[in-house]
Amino acid sequence: MSVKLARADRRAAWLFMAPMIVAMLVVAVWPLARTFYFSFTDAYLDDPTNFSLVGIDNFLEVLDDHTWWIAVRNTLVFTAISVAIETALGLAIALLINQAIPGRGLVRAAILVPWAIPVVVATKIWEWMLNDQFGVLNQMLIALGLVDHGIAWTASGTLIMGVVIFIDVWMTTPFMVLLILAGLQMIPGEIMEAAEVDGIPAWKRFWSITLPLLKPAIGVAVLFRVLDALRMFDLAYVLAASSEQVMTVSIYARNRLISFQELGIGSAASTWVFLLVAFIAILVIGVLRLDRAAGEAA
Amino acid sequence: MTDLSLTLPVRRRRSSASYRLERRLKKAALMVAVGLVLVYTLFPYYWAIVSSTKQGAALYRDTFLPALDFTYYRALFENTVFLGSLVNSAFVATSTTALSLILGISAAYALGRIDFPQRRGVLLAILMISIFPQVVVLSGMFELINWLGLYNRPSALVVTYLLATVPFTTWILTTFIREFPRELEEAAIIDGCSHFRILTKILLPLMGPSLASTGILAFILAWNEFLFALTFILTDENRTVPVAIGLMGGNSRYEYPFAQIMAASVTVTLPLIILVLIFQRRIVAGLTAGAVKG
Repeated sequence: MSVKLARADRRAAWLFMAPMIVAMLVVAVWPLARTFYFSFTDAYLDDPTNFSLVGIDNFLEVLDDHTWWIAVRNTLVFTAISVAIETALGLAIALLINQAIPGRGLVRAAILVPWAIPVVVATKIWEWMLNDQFGVLNQMLIALGLVDHGIAWTASGTLIMGVVIFIDVWMTTPFMVLLILAGLQMIPGEIMEAAEVDGIPAWKRFWSITLPLLKPAIGVAVLFRVLDALRMFDLAYVLAASSEQVMTVSIYARNRLISFQELGIGSAASTWVFLLVAFIAILVIGVLRLDRAAGEAA
Repeated sequence: MTDLSLTLPVRRRRSSASYRLERRLKKAALMVAVGLVLVYTLFPYYWAIVSSTKQGAALYRDTFLPALDFTYYRALFENTVFLGSLVNSAFVATSTTALSLILGISAAYALGRIDFPQRRGVLLAILMISIFPQVVVLSGMFELINWLGLYNRPSALVVTYLLATVPFTTWILTTFIREFPRELEEAAIIDGCSHFRILTKILLPLMGPSLASTGILAFILAWNEFLFALTFILTDENRTVPVAIGLMGGNSRYEYPFAQIMAASVTVTLPLIILVLIFQRRIVAGLTAGAVKG
């Protein structure tokens, strides 16, 4: 009877998941498999039915391309710096909101605004604010006497990566704040009270109690942000189109695929992106697991 | 021992006035920090509003108050192409959200309530799909869209957006369903109620708030998407708003229509901001439910 019931349950489970699984097979698994397949062919986008297999030539060609390596470096630099700043800033703002301060609800609502603004819109707003001649930021700097003429933030090759990171930090810090805040609110208040009564200074309370207890929450937030930053496309694309200074691996792969119509090479580049992201994901998860194991042993 | 006697006189009892001063200073520092955070997060959007209401030369003067000149908004709403892209975005985001909620809730019921051996495997697969970069499936997706005959149609975006939204809604709704006590359905199970009836008659009526927060997040995801919208739509009248704004520009760097772009930016963002402020608590619940238990 119960075996029969369990089997009926199992059938019901698959039935309930069937629409979701079909959708995922169509829009995720199948396109992914086709991308892998195309990366071994010399197909072009204008006539994708006419091609022959070329082995691993496309993969080698991507690795031979100087621009690809620039894109890889840009992506890694962007990911490392922006996630680091977002984590620090997110932690600071989360600690601030966690205090009993007037206007706490207002701050909590306000930090959601940058998060809700579309990436394209945020980029355009900052591009306007950072405009070399009329941007409000330059005008403020001039008024304060810090510079005597506007800085070309987005036109200069050396500053533009900084601008991209700056805009990304503005947009995604709210996400960090919310996740870290959720972690903070799970820390029982008694621990902090006990430490305070014992006269342990604030910085030490933070370093030895808050931070270790926050580690899981921060770890998950960092993992999400790293994976998201690695696939960044819209921000750099809107700000600088295909300029090499901020080209990410996603922009590189799309360029080869759509702009140059190289279905085969573009797919190979996409596959490299996939492998890169998978590798870093495993790396980050590994580090998180190690932390957790170490925390349990201590 | 000597240490103690040396430090004791230094740590003499402080007067209550000095404590009060310290408390006030701390409070003032916190207020300054709060002010800085508010300026940092809100000023750019405020500045976009200010800039969008300034005409001509006034745009280039740095007054911090809006000029309340709505010429650009009027022009925007007389621009049929822009209005068209608003309609496209609304259609795409609404359809994507509705579809992903239906697929998500059905799968989430199985994953959250029925015990079957492959459950963890399915959840892991969903998580993996949700993290890989969209550009990875671009070529296969291009072929699929062409094959379905959807190229350059907004409905192509509904199909492709499911890649991001369905894993997301499934994952979050699963965590929400697990939070409901199982006792809710026990009587129904004993009475031999089918799973379909348990889901539709017992769980769904309780899940309004969960569906709302999941739906808003999926809607924002679909409303803001850029890569697929840029790639699978060819002509201006079929574009969604982010791409329309992204491609706005003058003929040269010097006649860049900043005020128009700011007006368009304010327009497309306003509904989202209002939505976010109204459903603030729900959104935070949805975001953290998805991540904390991940």
